[in-house]
Amino acid sequence: MPSLKDLKTRIESVKNTRKITKAMQMVAAAKLRRAQEAAEAGRPYAERMNAVMAGLAAADSGSDTAPKLMAGTGDDKVHLLVIMTAERGLCGGFNSSIVKLARLHIAELTAAGKEVKILTVGKKGREQLKRDFSKNFVGHVDLSEVKNLGYTNAQDIMRDVIARFDTGEFDVAKVFYSIFHSVISQEPVAQQIIPAAFEASEDAAEEIGTIYDYEPEEEQILADLLPRAVATQIFTALLENGASEQGARMSAMDNATRNAGDMIDKLTIQYNRSRQAVITNELIEIISGAEAL
Amino acid sequence: MADTMQFDLVSPERRLASLSVREVQIPGAEGDLTAMPQHTPLITTLRPGLLVVKAEDGKESKYAVLGGFAEINPEATSVLAEHAVPADEMTAEVLEQFMADAAAMRETATAEQLDVLAKTAADIAALGAELGFSVKPAA
Repeated sequence: MPSLKDLKTRIESVKNTRKITKAMQMVAAAKLRRAQEAAEAGRPYAERMNAVMAGLAAADSGSDTAPKLMAGTGDDKVHLLVIMTAERGLCGGFNSSIVKLARLHIAELTAAGKEVKILTVGKKGREQLKRDFSKNFVGHVDLSEVKNLGYTNAQDIMRDVIARFDTGEFDVAKVFYSIFHSVISQEPVAQQIIPAAFEASEDAAEEIGTIYDYEPEEEQILADLLPRAVATQIFTALLENGASEQGARMSAMDNATRNAGDMIDKLTIQYNRSRQAVITNELIEIISGAEAL
Repeated sequence: MADTMQFDLVSPERRLASLSVREVQIPGAEGDLTAMPQHTPLITTLRPGLLVVKAEDGKESKYAVLGGFAEINPEATSVLAEHAVPADEMTAEVLEQFMADAAAMRETATAEQLDVLAKTAADIAALGAELGFSVKPAA
């Protein structure tokens, strides 16, 4: 049985924890709003880009001149996995679920006899994968100093990835990130970025019927736009991931705050009971002392 | 015949403009062009330059754009620029950032791309001059 003083300290400490988690929840909520706005703002660009690329790709596919970025190397021996996670923890299962999906993929690829290379974005994923796959690491992108994710961050990753592709380091590249559905639901996904594939949405497909003039030549445009399209996909992934992270953190902190509340209630009841027991004890002592006289 | 068309200018980070316009001057990779309603469908890449938009009410607005492409339809024009900044928000720092980006790309460029990049740098400098900034292309 803990003493009254112990209980009191315990209650105080849980109260402090609750204050912290509450504050973190509110910060995450504010950041989530911003992240969602950013994801929202990036959508028109990504959609148009995708539609145009789908049109171009459809026109150019099958020809021998199709750029390597789209046609692939003709091999799929070496896979590069770009694994995007958060820079910070305390966001529930967010990082773990992405890492879990990545592990599953790695296991499958290894079983099929493919070589796996890993590029990590965000510290947490790297820490979790370090123990089993540190020999597969080829690079790391540190975003811990970045306050507002910008398109330039995506461009830097794109350049890194494409430079590796050009030197023949890998055949297929995939990004792992989390799609933001809602505050309580984020879904980890794997998306192939190289060789680039473009799926046109339905209204975009209608538009493709239009025959465009191209200036300069179609192939040149395609070569110019492909890296940009890859960067756009990476950027979309980064933004989705950012929103997912804040959403996951918000609900994790909400739970923590609620748990702290429950704990305080329980401890308070225990505290009151022990106090009552102490008082009763003292009374018994006084009364039996008086009776003995 | 319609004398206006829908115009959208989007960058990866935000939508800068979406309005009904009379004409748009676009700095195309192969030369400037003016898109007006009923223009034949065209897709062109952009060079760094100034995009001039003439709205329905005759008001002109200018945007500095870098990288990307324009999609022109008879009824609509959309410009997807990797970087787009309204001309009056343009500062020397932003231009320098553009220049630094071009310089960063040079490191991984092939000989063929180097020519293109040199032109890009020159275009950025010209864009700066037009807006009253002086930025020198990195050697």
